[in-house]
Amino acid sequence: MTAVEDRTGTPAPEKEIGKARRRKEDARLITGRTTWTDNTVLPGMLHLAVVRSPVAHARITNVDVSAAREAPGVVAVYTGQDFAEEQGSLPCAWPVTPDMVNPGHPSIAVDQVNHVGEAVAIIVARSKTAAQDAVELTDIDYELLPVVLDMEQAVQDGADLVHDQLESNTSYHFVFDAGEMGTGGDTEQAFSGADVVVSRRFVQQRLIPAFMEPRSVVVQPQGDNYTMWSSTQVPHILRVMAAMVTGIPEHKLRVIAPDVGGGFGGKLQVNPEEILCLLIARRLGKPVKWTETRSESLMTAHHGRDQVQFVDIAADREGHVKGLRVRLLADMGAYLRLITPGVPALGAFMYPGIYKFPAYRFECDGVFTNKVPTDAYRGAGRPEATFAIERIMDELAVELGMDPMELRRKNWIDAAEFPFTTVAGLAYDSGDYETATQQALELLGYDELRAEQQQRRESNDPVQLGIGISTFTEMCGLAPSRVLGSLSFGAGGWESASIRMLPTGKVEVVTGSTPHGQGHETAWSQLVADSLGVPFEDVEVLHGDTAISPRGLDTYGSRSLVVGGSAVVKAADKVIAKARKIAAHLLEASEDDLDFSGGTFSVRGTPGAGISIQEIALAIFAAHDYPEGIEPSIDAEATFDPENFSFPHGTHLCAMEVDTDTGFVKIRKYACVDDIGTIVNPLIVEGQIHGGLAQGIAQALYEEAIYDADGNLTTGTFVDYLVPSAADLPHFDTGNTVHTAPGNPIGAKGVGEAGCIASTPAVVNAALDAVRHLGVSDIRMPLTPERVWRAIHQGGDGGDRAAAGSNAYGGAQTETTAGVSTDASSLGGDR
Amino acid sequence: MIPAPFAYARPTTVDEALQALAAGGEDVKVMAGGQSLIPVMRLRLAAPETVVDLSKVEGLRGVRDDGDAIVIGAMTTHSDVLSDPLIAEHAPLIAEATGTVADRQVRHRGTFGGALVHADPAGDLPAVALALDAEFVVVGPSGQRTVPASEFFVDYLTTAVGEGELLVEVRVPKLAGEWGMRYEKFNRVAQAWSIVAVAAVVRRENGRIAEARIGLTNMGPTPLRARAVEEALAGAEATPDAVGAAAARAAEGTEPSSDLNAQADYRQHLATVLTRRAVSAAAGL
Ligand SMILES: Cc1cc2nc3c(=O)[nH]c(=O)nc-3n(C[C@H](O)[C@H](O)[C@H](O)COP(=O)(O)OP(=O)(O)OC[C@H]3O[C@@H](n4cnc5c(N)ncnc54)[C@H](O)[C@@H]3O)c2cc1C
Repeated sequence: MTAVEDRTGTPAPEKEIGKARRRKEDARLITGRTTWTDNTVLPGMLHLAVVRSPVAHARITNVDVSAAREAPGVVAVYTGQDFAEEQGSLPCAWPVTPDMVNPGHPSIAVDQVNHVGEAVAIIVARSKTAAQDAVELTDIDYELLPVVLDMEQAVQDGADLVHDQLESNTSYHFVFDAGEMGTGGDTEQAFSGADVVVSRRFVQQRLIPAFMEPRSVVVQPQGDNYTMWSSTQVPHILRVMAAMVTGIPEHKLRVIAPDVGGGFGGKLQVNPEEILCLLIARRLGKPVKWTETRSESLMTAHHGRDQVQFVDIAADREGHVKGLRVRLLADMGAYLRLITPGVPALGAFMYPGIYKFPAYRFECDGVFTNKVPTDAYRGAGRPEATFAIERIMDELAVELGMDPMELRRKNWIDAAEFPFTTVAGLAYDSGDYETATQQALELLGYDELRAEQQQRRESNDPVQLGIGISTFTEMCGLAPSRVLGSLSFGAGGWESASIRMLPTGKVEVVTGSTPHGQGHETAWSQLVADSLGVPFEDVEVLHGDTAISPRGLDTYGSRSLVVGGSAVVKAADKVIAKARKIAAHLLEASEDDLDFSGGTFSVRGTPGAGISIQEIALAIFAAHDYPEGIEPSIDAEATFDPENFSFPHGTHLCAMEVDTDTGFVKIRKYACVDDIGTIVNPLIVEGQIHGGLAQGIAQALYEEAIYDADGNLTTGTFVDYLVPSAADLPHFDTGNTVHTAPGNPIGAKGVGEAGCIASTPAVVNAALDAVRHLGVSDIRMPLTPERVWRAIHQGGDGGDRAAAGSNAYGGAQTETTAGVSTDASSLGGDR
Repeated sequence: MIPAPFAYARPTTVDEALQALAAGGEDVKVMAGGQSLIPVMRLRLAAPETVVDLSKVEGLRGVRDDGDAIVIGAMTTHSDVLSDPLIAEHAPLIAEATGTVADRQVRHRGTFGGALVHADPAGDLPAVALALDAEFVVVGPSGQRTVPASEFFVDYLTTAVGEGELLVEVRVPKLAGEWGMRYEKFNRVAQAWSIVAVAAVVRRENGRIAEARIGLTNMGPTPLRARAVEEALAGAEATPDAVGAAAARAAEGTEPSSDLNAQADYRQHLATVLTRRAVSAAAGL
């Protein structure tokens, strides 16, 4: 029996794209029986524990680690002085303005600490427990400096300084002015002539990415080579950056991100501990490991959001928007990390949302405070922008006495107008806001809920009902390299893939887009199965190791499928093109007469004559018989650099019950219809939407990183940093419209951030809609019951929360691990 | 996070446990389910010299009928409580409150006795024990004593169980007559502690409220009885208005803390709303 006969009569395989495949990586990820970094054990490996500053701002006057050095199992103790010469500065890859001030970011503090949790000493010991025990034996003296926490105060003249060698707490002033850029009219003029101007101040509270797997690093030195395993989103970027920081030549450094348990942007970073592990492994010539505790993670891994937004919108009486003005204060924290300054700047382009503004101006000050740095967190700049525009549209509707959906309709880009260049200069690719909205209204049962709302108002029900709208778009598929260049970003946005055809016909796909839980292995297998016509099971996806996948820019910004997946498809096309020559040779036909479908080349007009690409893989491995003048390989590599972003959009609707007696808010119903272009795997898409919604709703209702007046993180455990679980979230009614993205061969737009970006304003708008008739016009996020109750009964936006942690665990708050006695630790005794 | 080093004892009888407590040095901690103790040890907020694990001590787990009371062993886990028929029959309030404690994993390990001795002001069971007039059976080197609930909760995280002593069981009197019970817990997410909660135990007679016992959770360093409400309810008509008027006094004499979940004035407000709801439900309104 020949392979050719075997194939006759076999129906063309089902399309993989569009199939709700279960994720092939899930079994090992969910059971944890896999290569998490912390599972790595190397012979002779030493363990690190970091001594962290218990104070937010101080000069280090004395460091005594002598007792720790004597402790059992301790091999070495290092302080900032030990690495002062060689540690350099952690990199900031996004100088958003030419005159941006970057004070530099030591991995370990040398003479000054600028936030609670900053590393001040490191214990190296034979076991993790020995290292941890010795932390308490260190004795560090601090001379306290005034603590800078509030951005609005920090930018005043004469304010205390975070970095006293700098002139102010302002790192940069970034401006995008559509008038100046030629993408819109003059903003001042638009405002001065407007019938209606609505101005609001919104607060984007500080959030903690709270990925499930804590950060972990292992470094193994081999001669002058180093291998680093890290729980990172960005092994490729980390390799380049770590080489530049430490001076270890790039080709002597291999970085491996094994399976990584979530990141949400929180692992898009070059962490102090990654650099310190390298420096210590180099100094000791021994493998070292550092794995953070959950407390360290909440306290020292970068945070997200934290902006104060001043938003003005101008319109005429009929509700046509005339101009938008946004001024931001963006909290950088104490230092600039990898893309700290770029997050608000990335958002700059999204404030106009889906609306046709004739004029737009954006300004942002990046401000230093004595807190842990902020950086990318799911959506990175775009959730903040979406929140601002979708909230202010509701405010404008109220001001005009207009239905909020009618106002949106009046101003959004019509389906016929795509592609549409916005006032921010972005060319929106495709979509239809009206259809998505109609579908979402039906999913929600909008009319019935509006009727019920009316009823509850009339009967003065203690539980009021509101409906919130968010019609959003986002820029995804980060990113066209040239555009990133024009924004002064330190790298490009292309992605790389290669395909290796193994002799047995199996396929190895190497992707530069390193997953950390998204399901790349499944989706990429579906892409390749369709392109090459091979079974899904025959595809293996390799990633995350710079020695295996040498080129890549990793996973963030809803880019993996759009950019990385496109590179895979391009590589597959090249494989087919190479295989075609071999097929023509083996079938003794002209290339032009060959059809390729279902994985098989056949000769047009000659039934039965054919050869599969898997057979060609074996033939070219043997290489006994192939055309002259070509290489005996059908492997291929491709790099895809998009020419534009992609622009997913959608309509999210939230119905919210507000208990006016207690202020408790409860989502009654949530419906959303997203247009993310081509859907490769509906199950993965649904999962991304659900997870994104959970995080977006969490910003609206639950999560907030709170610092007390001394700069201690009060929300230092999950008791007080409230991450909702499935039990706290409603059922989600989701739907899709599909307008494929013209900018990539898959037609996908990206889904990783959609739910998180769209949901927050829908939820807040819903709560406000429920109680606006009671005189409430704003409630600060998160909408704690107390804030909602205060806003209803005392006016205002609900105000500041008390900073003290709850008493569970004695108000554990910032766990300093420093062994420095704090108020919290003295409470110890009896719990 | 790793706890500081400690010695570990795992006795199998109450006597052995008492000996281990006596011999354990300066700072000895009893461990029941470990759900409160281990987290604070891991955070190094507590660093006991010795931990005495009660998990293998015989006779401390389970619920028995003792005539006019049911007796709940200190080591009875929260999940045991939830499925126990005697509790369901005689003290459903305990099951209702226990069902709001944490999550399944914690309830499988955490114990009834541990939650009471821990006496976290935000914990759910102390106010319930107070409302049910439970009695605490404590043993120590000098023998056994019984402490009424009203004397058990001494201060923030402090009970009448002294150093070297153990709580062995809790007696919950059976209630005669037509009683209704309700635990109203207010928190933000499912697995969280109470911001405020109210335990109401109400006896109805001829359309009136004959007697009410109201326990308040997290309205001060210890659980409290809302005496003013109880007095106002005694003999009151079982109507929403009467209950509302009585419940409005729920915060009298309380000094709740201010923290990121709630400032004191808001807690006091919540106490009145939750009391109204709890009493209304317990009274079948
Ligand atoms: C995530 C999480 C959420 C939680 N949520 C809630 C909640 O919503 N509501 C709530 O009420 N509780 C909550 N808890 C606490 C839970 O109920 C604990 O189980 C309980 O408070 C302690 O019980 P334990 O058996 O684990 O005691 P342990 O932690 O073992 O001990 C607690 C304290 O009591 C002492 N002790 C225990 N048993 C005895 C004894 N027999 N004699 C003398 N001393 C003793 C110990 O020495 C220790 O000081 C939560 C816990 C966690 C981890």
